[in-house]
Amino acid sequence: MKRIALLGMPNTGKSTFFNRLTGARARVGNWPGITVDLMTAKTLLGADWAQVVDLPGIYSFHGFSEDEKVVRDFLEKNAVDLVVVILNATQIDRQLPLALQIRKLGLPAVIVLNMADESRQLGMRIDTAKLTESLGYPVAMVSAKYGMGFNEARQTIGFALQAPHPTAEVGLERVFSEDHEIESDTARILDAAVDLPRQMPKRHTVRLDRWLLHPWLGLPLFFLFMFLLFQFIFTLGKPLQDGVAWVLTEVRDRGLEPWMADWPPLLSGLLLDGIYNGVGTVASFVPIIILFFLVMTLVEDSGYLSRVAFLMDALMARLGLDGRSFVMLLMGFGCNVPALMGTRVMRSRPLRLLTMLVVPFSLCSARLQVFLFMTAALFSAQAAPVVLFSLYLLSFLTALLTALLFKGRYVSTEPFVIELPPYRLPTWRQVALRGWHEVRHFLRRASKFITAGVVAVWLLTHLPTDVPPNSAETLAGQIAGWLEPVLTPIGIDAQLSLALIFGFVAKEIVVGSLAAIYGLEGDALMGLMAQKLDWVQAYSFMLFTLIYIPCLSTIATLRQESRSLGFTLMSVLWSLILAWLSCFAFYQAARALGY
Amino acid sequence: MTPDLSLLHEGESAVIQSIEADEALHHRLQALGFQTGKPVQVVRMGRFSGPLQIRIGMTDVIMRRSDAAKIKVGPRL
Repeated sequence: MKRIALLGMPNTGKSTFFNRLTGARARVGNWPGITVDLMTAKTLLGADWAQVVDLPGIYSFHGFSEDEKVVRDFLEKNAVDLVVVILNATQIDRQLPLALQIRKLGLPAVIVLNMADESRQLGMRIDTAKLTESLGYPVAMVSAKYGMGFNEARQTIGFALQAPHPTAEVGLERVFSEDHEIESDTARILDAAVDLPRQMPKRHTVRLDRWLLHPWLGLPLFFLFMFLLFQFIFTLGKPLQDGVAWVLTEVRDRGLEPWMADWPPLLSGLLLDGIYNGVGTVASFVPIIILFFLVMTLVEDSGYLSRVAFLMDALMARLGLDGRSFVMLLMGFGCNVPALMGTRVMRSRPLRLLTMLVVPFSLCSARLQVFLFMTAALFSAQAAPVVLFSLYLLSFLTALLTALLFKGRYVSTEPFVIELPPYRLPTWRQVALRGWHEVRHFLRRASKFITAGVVAVWLLTHLPTDVPPNSAETLAGQIAGWLEPVLTPIGIDAQLSLALIFGFVAKEIVVGSLAAIYGLEGDALMGLMAQKLDWVQAYSFMLFTLIYIPCLSTIATLRQESRSLGFTLMSVLWSLILAWLSCFAFYQAARALGY
Repeated sequence: MTPDLSLLHEGESAVIQSIEADEALHHRLQALGFQTGKPVQVVRMGRFSGPLQIRIGMTDVIMRRSDAAKIKVGPRL
């Protein structure tokens, strides 16, 4: 099968093009010579299947960032039949050198000028025939977002793939000593084929930035947006969540229970009280999580995050971080794993490590499930949003405190230079794809961790069979007994401590395991929690859940990205210490005050 | 002393005279369009000594003042 590599700078719509080209049937693959996973997908081009690889966005082959190294290593170790170079048409003046670097390497290529719609709006005129002639590569103009020109581009790529190419080994050492040559070539080609407007027309971006980057209003507006998005998610998500919970209870009461009535109690107990309740309770949060990611997608694709980096950099600089670190914290609200991988754009190792140390404190969507559950059970409808908001605030504070304490160890002189893309509205298609991606992600985690975790919890609380379930004589009771001296001072009882142990694997298991421990789900489970705990214990439990290490996937990612076991262990240990100290301070203070 | 980009005020433009950065930053700036002889504009300055918003050609870039200081410019346009 022929292999196509997609190459381009960040913010060129490369991934959108990839999704259009392959119909988003992408999977993650391992490649020789590189340590990170790349998205690949098969697609039918003309009569042949081709494998398309989405390379990370890079500015040039010279670069020293992790991503640039990945691209160089990939092209050195893997033969490609065609490189599709995606350039942002509105920035052709500075993106063309990347295409010329590919030409210098002697790789067969097709040039795709994306964002044709925007370049036209800007009054740019690009003569693709002249560009093809002077570059020696076929050139296609598209709008990957709206699909304009897409079929032609597809044909061009298919056609170029048919032409016989010698797939020579790429020797990147010999590359680009002649920078000035590329510079003069760029100037010559632009002169011949591109008509740039003399002045950038005033666009909505300029008008929006006047408010969103306003010296005094910028930050308040950011916090206001966060708050409104948050409100939007929960106002819309709560009825959906209740709906799913209702369906799950109905299925159990009317379908599963009568059907399993004659089964051996241990088996039906495991299946119903263990797996069904556990996985079901977690599943009822999926609508909120999907909404959450849809909103994240909107914010991410809009170009606003670069503005946030601008607004926050002054504060972050004083903590030894930079504006991008703050953006990673925001991304971590979705899931810490991609946020940790996102630190690859940082070239300086100390800065990267310090950012990786703070990202796990970001309140991810899995922890959000635990908090939604506990606040719904223990707090009034009026108090619940305030409690949630306080946890988000604490998430930032613990991250900032950690940076402040460790910045002396990780001193960086990395320059902070990033692009400010124009604002863009994502299409429904992009948003829908992301939503679907999250559902799949949940189902995968459900089949992997959540079910296994819930089964383990149920077994621990029900074995051996000759003692009463959930008593101190069960395996779970014994484990909880060992932990008692540590966890009693912070108000966490035996059942909760077991949930915390399994929270190590994945936070989704915390709620699932509570359901399995008590053999209840939904409202009944919440009612029981409200009987057993007071709000001080519940808040202490949430505080611990927030701060102690997020999950196995995050630990594995920390290890992989830092390539240091020592760093990973330190991060885990620090989060445990900080979690315990915070809970101890909170719990003892609240009790001393008479709550 | 040659003036540098960090000394310009909000809204002012000047032509790049030279870029005195290490190799890595030099390449990055070049990839973003910073080249000797090109005009740059300081669009916006962040509060509390925050970063600058710089316009070069069709591209907007944000950078810290310490990095902007490495870009030497001619007289204000």
